[in-house]
Amino acid sequence: MTVQQIATTLGFEILSGEESLSRSVEGIYCCDLLSFVMGRAPADFAWLTVMGNINAAAVASLADVACVVLVDGVLPDAPMLEKAQQQDIAVLAAPGPAFETGLAIDQLLEA
Amino acid sequence: MKLHFDVPGDDFTRAGEASGQVKQKMKQLGFPADVVRKVSIALYEGEINMVIHAGGGEVDVDIDPHCISLLLTDHGPGIEDVSLAMQDGWSTAPDHVRNLGFGAGMGLPNMKKYSDEMEIESTVGVGTTVRMKIFNP
Ligand SMILES: Nc1ncnc2c1ncn2[C@@H]1O[C@H](COP(=O)(O)OP(=O)(O)OP(=O)(O)O)[C@@H](O)[C@H]1O
Ligand SMILES: [Mg+2]
Repeated sequence: MTVQQIATTLGFEILSGEESLSRSVEGIYCCDLLSFVMGRAPADFAWLTVMGNINAAAVASLADVACVVLVDGVLPDAPMLEKAQQQDIAVLAAPGPAFETGLAIDQLLEA
Repeated sequence: MKLHFDVPGDDFTRAGEASGQVKQKMKQLGFPADVVRKVSIALYEGEINMVIHAGGGEVDVDIDPHCISLLLTDHGPGIEDVSLAMQDGWSTAPDHVRNLGFGAGMGLPNMKKYSDEMEIESTVGVGTTVRMKIFNP
């Protein structure tokens, strides 16, 4: 299932991403501590977080996750959005909390 | 190929410049994605540590087809007990950087995990030097 398909199906807003929207999502990782994400999030996973700052964009790129899903209605700040656009990092915004959002994505991935 | 970067202190918007550029260069050179990922993360953790804990520093990268060498040098406060600093979860990060998502105390363990060789030399009041090697088999 691609990032685009997840966003469309679950009604998440697409805030950035071009070619990255066609990346395949292989699983879900939730955490707000950046070093945990870099140490433990596998490449090609969807990363669910409330961290909407430029460092989150850097981490998403370096850890090579498929997309960032900002949960709980958090929106990226301007520097994050700019970096995400420059580096073609897919950033989605989901209204619900991390657990609910992850569960919904998981049900899609399992289906 | 040798690359050099100055890492400014306390500037989180620019931290990640060295790792970002090295990542791009390695991709262009055709290194496998997992090797690029190891180098990028190890270098980013080192850069961020220099920004947060040492007031900035310098990065020297040597990209060789079979081995990527990373050298991070700073003239910050140094680390009193390196083996303690290497432990998962040990951190002296101040609150304002914790609010940005740092301070899990996982940066040095990540550098150890993603590099094939790692050495830290640190002297209190003088600074810290970290050397890492990542092999491309
Ligand atoms: N370059 C450095 N100069 C001085 N102290 C350092 C340096 N790098 C690390 N340290 C010390 O070692 C501790 C552990 O570093 P580590 O990178 O593992 O965790 P952190 O930076 O505190 O949090 P995280 O990396 O998870 O965001 C730091 O809190 C700091 O006290
Ligand atoms: Mg650190």
